[in-house]
Amino acid sequence: MSDVLLKVEGLTRYFDVSKPWLNRVIEREDRQFLTATADVNFEIRRGETFALVGESGSGKSTIAKMIVGLLEPSAGRITFDDQEMNFASGAAMRTLRRRFQMIFQDPYASLNPRWHVGDIIAEPIRTFGLASGNAISREVGRLLDTVGLSASDAGKFPHEFSGGQRQRIAIARALSSRPEFIVCDEPTSALDVSVQAQILNLMRDLQDEFGLTYLLISHDLSVVRHMSNRIGVLYLGRLVEVADGKTLFTHPRHPYSRMLLDAVPDLTLSGRRRRQVEGEIPNPINPPPGCAFHPRCPHAFDRCRQEIPQPVDADGSLAACFAVEEGRI
Amino acid sequence: MSEKTEPNAPRGWLYRAWDSDVSYSFRTSPVAISAGLVAVIIILMAIFAPWLAPYDPYDPSSLDLMDGFTPPMEPNAFTGNVYWLGTDNQGRDIFSTILYGARISLFVGFAAVVFAMVLGIAAGLAAGYRGGWLDSLLMRVADVQLSFPSILIALLIFGVARGFIPPAYRETMAIWVLIVAIGLSDWVQYARVVRGATMVEKNKEYVQAARVIGAHPFKILVRHILPNVMGPVLVIATIGLALAIIAEATLSFLGVGVPPTQPSLGTLIRIGQQYLFSGEWWILLFPAVTLLALALAVNLLGDWLRDALNPRLR
Repeated sequence: MSDVLLKVEGLTRYFDVSKPWLNRVIEREDRQFLTATADVNFEIRRGETFALVGESGSGKSTIAKMIVGLLEPSAGRITFDDQEMNFASGAAMRTLRRRFQMIFQDPYASLNPRWHVGDIIAEPIRTFGLASGNAISREVGRLLDTVGLSASDAGKFPHEFSGGQRQRIAIARALSSRPEFIVCDEPTSALDVSVQAQILNLMRDLQDEFGLTYLLISHDLSVVRHMSNRIGVLYLGRLVEVADGKTLFTHPRHPYSRMLLDAVPDLTLSGRRRRQVEGEIPNPINPPPGCAFHPRCPHAFDRCRQEIPQPVDADGSLAACFAVEEGRI
Repeated sequence: MSEKTEPNAPRGWLYRAWDSDVSYSFRTSPVAISAGLVAVIIILMAIFAPWLAPYDPYDPSSLDLMDGFTPPMEPNAFTGNVYWLGTDNQGRDIFSTILYGARISLFVGFAAVVFAMVLGIAAGLAAGYRGGWLDSLLMRVADVQLSFPSILIALLIFGVARGFIPPAYRETMAIWVLIVAIGLSDWVQYARVVRGATMVEKNKEYVQAARVIGAHPFKILVRHILPNVMGPVLVIATIGLALAIIAEATLSFLGVGVPPTQPSLGTLIRIGQQYLFSGEWWILLFPAVTLLALALAVNLLGDWLRDALNPRLR
C-alpha cells in the first residue's frame, strides 16, 4: 500500500467546439478545439486534502470530472491506488468506483427531486450491492445521523430541506459506499456563509473519523486555507504552482498565485492595500503562446512569450515560471 | 375530535393526494370540475354500455329495417316503437349506438395515446440522452413527419396496413390498425418534449452522481430522468387524447376507420350527414354533440392540467 492514493499524469482534455459540419464547409472554417486542461500532473497522498484553486474557466471542474469518470481524458493517465483507471472496462472499474465518490456544487440540483431522501442515500448501497433489505434502511439512518440529520428524515423529499441540509444529504450519499476518496467540487459555494463553515467542519470531522482523502475544488481561498494540506493553483488548464497550504499562503512563488492572494479581502484590518487581479483569463480556444499567464504578468520577459515553463522545485513548492526558475523573483 | 394530530405526522397517500396543490387547483376551478364531470359521465356510460343500452346495435338480428328513421320520442309510423333519440337508416337505436360508439372512440383514443406516448418517450429519451447521430436521425424523421398533416399520415399508414392484412382479418384488425395509424402520426410531439426535457435533466448533478457510481444508463433514464420529464408529457397526453378521439372520428367519417357494423361516433356522423338535408337531423346531431362534449371536456381538462402543473403560472 503506497502512500500516494491518486496520481494524475499528463492529464489533458480538449473540447471540440467547432460549428456543425455544414456551417464549417460553407463558412470555410476549421475545426476549433478548446483546451480545458493541458498536461496536468499531481499526486494526492492518503488522508490529505488536496485543493485545486483557480478562476472560472481554469479547468478545475474538468479535472474533477475526469477523475471520477464523468469525462474521458483526451490524454494522460489517472492512477488510483496503483491501479490505472480505465472507465471503459466494466468489471474492474466496478470495484474501483466504490472507493471514490463525489460531492457536487449545487445541492438543489444534485438530489433527484422525485426521490425520497432515503432512496437517494441508498442508491450507491444498492448499486454496489453492499446491503439488502432492512440493513439498507438501518445504514441510511446511521448515515443521516453521522451527517447531523435525523434517521426519520429518510422518508422526506429533498424540497423539505434547506441548502445546508441538502448538502448534508449529498455528503451522506457520498459516504454510503464507504469510499476512501471524495472529490468535492465547490461543496460550499452555493451555500450561505454561516452554513459554509458547518459543512466544512462536518467534512473535516468525517475525514478524521473515516480516514478520507479529499480533492477539494474551490475558488474560495479562505475555504481552501481552512481545509487543505496541499494546494495546486490552476491557470488556463495548467498547474502553475503546487505547494503546501502554509507555504502557498505565506510565500507564494508564482506571480499568479501572488496576484490571487493579494486580491483576498483583508479582514484583519492590517492596513494592507488590496490589489485587484488585473486583466481577464484569456480565451482558452486561442491561448497566448508560451506561458499562458504572460499577458497579465508583471514579470514577463521574452522567454515567457515563446516557451511553456515546466514546474521546477523552488523552496519546497513546485512553480512553473521562468522568472522563478531564473531566480529573478 | 378527541385526538390531536401532529402537524407533520405522516398520513396516507389518499390524504396527501387530496391535500396536494393539483387537487386544490382542481377543487377551486369550476371549469375543471364541470369538464371532469362531463368526461367521467361519458366514460362511465361508455364502459357500462352493454348494461345501460336498451338495444344491442352490434346484433344485426335484432334490427328491423322498418324501424329506420324513427324521430326521437315519437312512435314509429309502421311498428309503433318509441326510441329516446330516434333511429338511424338501418333502424339502430341512436342512444345505444352512441354508447357503443363512444366506447370505440374512447378505446381507440386511449390506446393510440398510450402507443404514441410509449413510442415518443422512448425516442425522446434516447435522442436526448445519447445525442449525436441518433439524435439527428430521430429528429430529422420527426421534422419530415411534422411537415405533413397528421391525418394524412394516419390515412397513409391505414392504407398501407390494409394492403398487408389479408381480407379475412380486415374487419377484426381494423381497430388495431386505426390505433397504430393514429399513434404513429402523433408520437413526434411526445418525442420532442421528452428530448428537450431530457437534455436539461441529463446535465443536472443528480444524474452525474448516478453516473459516478457507475449506474447503468438504462436505469438512469428510467429511474432518474423519466419521472422528472413526465409532467409535460401528461399534459400533452390529455390534450392528445382529445385530438386522438377527433382523429378517429375523422378517419371513420372519411370511411377508412372502424367497420360499419361497429359504428363509432365518427361513423354515425358520416351516416347522419347523408340524411341531414332530407330532414332526419337526429342521426347527425346526437353523435356530434356527444363527440363535441367529450372532446371539449378532455381538452379543458388538459388546459387545466397544464396550468396546474406549470410552476411558473402559480
